[in-house]
Amino acid sequence: MNSLNAQEARDKDRGQRAHLLSIADLDRDEIEELLRVTDTFVEVGRRPIPKVPALRGRTVVMLFFEDSTRTRLSFETAAKRLSADTMSFSVSSSSLNKGESVRDTIETIEAMGIDAVVVRHKSSGVPAQIARWTSASVINAGDGWHQHPTQALLDAYTARSHLGSLEGRRIALVGDIKHSRVARSNIEIFTALGAQVTLVAPRTLLPASLSAWPVQVSQDLDAVLPTVDVCYLLRMQQERMTEALVPSLREYTATYGLTSARADRMADGAIIMHPGPMNRGVEIASEVADRPSAVITEQVANGVAVRSAVLFTLLGAGRLQGSGTAATTNSSKERSIQSDSVLAEELAHAEEAT
Amino acid sequence: MIRHPDTVIKGGRLIDASGEQSGDILISDGHIVAVGQDLQGEILIDAGGCIVSPGLVDLHAHLRQPGKEETETIASGARAAVLGGYTAVLAMPNTTPTIDCAAVVREVLELGRESVCDVHTTGAITVGRAGEQLAPMAEMAALGVKVFTDDGTGVQDDRLMRRAMEYASGLGLTLAQHCEVNSLSEGTCMHEGEWSARLGLPGQPSESEELMVMRDIALARLTGAKIHFQHMSTAGSAALIAAAKAKGMSVTAEAAPHHFTLTDACCEHYDATFKVHPPLRSQSDLEAIKNALAAGSLDAIATDHAPHAAEDKELPFDQAPPGMLGLEYALALAFSELVDGGAMTEAEVLAAMSWRPAAIAGMDNHGQRLVVGVPANLCVIDPSQRWVIDATGGASLSRNVPYVGKEVRGKVRHTMVFGELVVRDGEVQR
Repeated sequence: MNSLNAQEARDKDRGQRAHLLSIADLDRDEIEELLRVTDTFVEVGRRPIPKVPALRGRTVVMLFFEDSTRTRLSFETAAKRLSADTMSFSVSSSSLNKGESVRDTIETIEAMGIDAVVVRHKSSGVPAQIARWTSASVINAGDGWHQHPTQALLDAYTARSHLGSLEGRRIALVGDIKHSRVARSNIEIFTALGAQVTLVAPRTLLPASLSAWPVQVSQDLDAVLPTVDVCYLLRMQQERMTEALVPSLREYTATYGLTSARADRMADGAIIMHPGPMNRGVEIASEVADRPSAVITEQVANGVAVRSAVLFTLLGAGRLQGSGTAATTNSSKERSIQSDSVLAEELAHAEEAT
Repeated sequence: MIRHPDTVIKGGRLIDASGEQSGDILISDGHIVAVGQDLQGEILIDAGGCIVSPGLVDLHAHLRQPGKEETETIASGARAAVLGGYTAVLAMPNTTPTIDCAAVVREVLELGRESVCDVHTTGAITVGRAGEQLAPMAEMAALGVKVFTDDGTGVQDDRLMRRAMEYASGLGLTLAQHCEVNSLSEGTCMHEGEWSARLGLPGQPSESEELMVMRDIALARLTGAKIHFQHMSTAGSAALIAAAKAKGMSVTAEAAPHHFTLTDACCEHYDATFKVHPPLRSQSDLEAIKNALAAGSLDAIATDHAPHAAEDKELPFDQAPPGMLGLEYALALAFSELVDGGAMTEAEVLAAMSWRPAAIAGMDNHGQRLVVGVPANLCVIDPSQRWVIDATGGASLSRNVPYVGKEVRGKVRHTMVFGELVVRDGEVQR
């Protein structure tokens, strides 16, 4: 393959840092390890004072070029529970409006001394670009249509807490796959964990080529629903109408919406997921969203623990390689034991810190 | 004209449209005055083991002047050109202001005359390249402009394109088209395929290019105009052009070095150095472009040399400007990818880079056979020299080179423009 890379040559002196840019950069063992660490942070979250000193003295910057209150708050909470210092940088309050480049921005922030930067941008690939320009760890909090890896991790964690292993489980992703970073990261994490993924969407909302992923495709939600363990709905945006991708919201709901009648046809024990914010009455009927089988608020709750696990792993234990450099001489078992012992040690000081 | 010392180029493999022979060439007063053995001159250039060819001709160079002089000037672009073995380049009109009237044409040609290369320019088909009103082609043609294009964009309106063809063919001019149907390509930043799906970047289907190739073949049939297709990038386009030629139509076409060297997989790391219009395509498109060049259905290799500032190429991938450098690398890429890949001979590559493009652009002083009496526009190439492309060297004011680290074969040693040795031993002389 002709993947010459001028940028890589230019920036090779930056050295390898641990980043979380894409689920595709993680192997199955690394995903499993992150989910195991998440377990611990779920437990921490249940404590009266849910705070540990693991990242005391570390600084985590929230660099949000695109507004997202929910994800930013979730990351900030996660960082604070690890006793990290946090700074927040958003477009409206920064010099980005004055035409400063992303590179100048990250180099300015880095000069203040930071350990990790959590990046959200409306353009695909910006976290990967930033990773070439900084020595801090870069965590992708959502880039364009590309990836939203912590969403995928919290979704996998939530699904596993209901279903056990995802090996051989059937998962339907329903809706706007083409424009969805959640879809791309979730396809990758679910298939990496052994699940069989079916994309259910009109062809206008699918990428033109699906050869990158081991997925099945269907335009028949009614046929797929009874076979699945998870029905994962994606947000349907109003602007897709103006682009003539679907004829009308009404037709979309009639064909791809999870109505009450459709939800009734799901198997016992199957769950309904949604990354939020929901369009009640469009991709999901309001009544369905409030059923016990809909685990949507649980997804949000697990977000903090997952993001704590990511920050801890990247900055604390330093176990995660990331960025496609997953190769390591240790076996995964050794690594997980190491990781657990580091984690135990770190968390042992919890009382002292509080 | 300044008189340059008599120069003899000794012992080269002389390759031109008529074939190959070995011998010396004596140049005096800007022209070839003798071809044979044991010739003598004031300056002696040893061309042992080297190819001596009519100078290369680039049908597609963005020289950025007027308007973007921090990324390239006609002087710097000309230096890059002669380093790459080019003795003539055809400047694209998407400058600021657009090259769409006599005044701007005059400025570009004047700056070109002061440069080390023979700079020709295209003129825009429509005023401001806006696709609404025909530009004054006759007044530009009176200054020597022979090829018109709205390059950077295609003429979208079918009726306007028909009128442009009728008007231009009446004046004996050639229209060149950047084929891209905007309604299919708007908002896209790479080839549509597996990689665009994976990377979450909006993809441009091959059909965006092919639909306009189809339309212009149909309109050329209607009007009898001469049409040249720029930077063909897809297997489908190559097939359409081959079919039109088989029917005897007077269409010509070019392909860019990056389209036979790089694929859409290069966009993997969101490095906008690899962003270009038309985009880097799939491996099978790349193979089809190679085959079409070998078969001659694509007539010419043209660089689409497109300098951009480093800070612009560091924008998010979807916002960065498209384009990459080419003038200094095209010949070595062609030798490495096409000759070493077994698709073409060195002589066929030179045909696609010198005499065929010269004929398409109507440049009578270039691409001529190496015989007594013709202007001395030629280059001396060491075909055996291997070198690694790096990002630091080069005469262009920009460094958006997508080939950094690539080992290639074939280096231009000397370039002579109208008898002046403008490149000697790989160095520009002024």
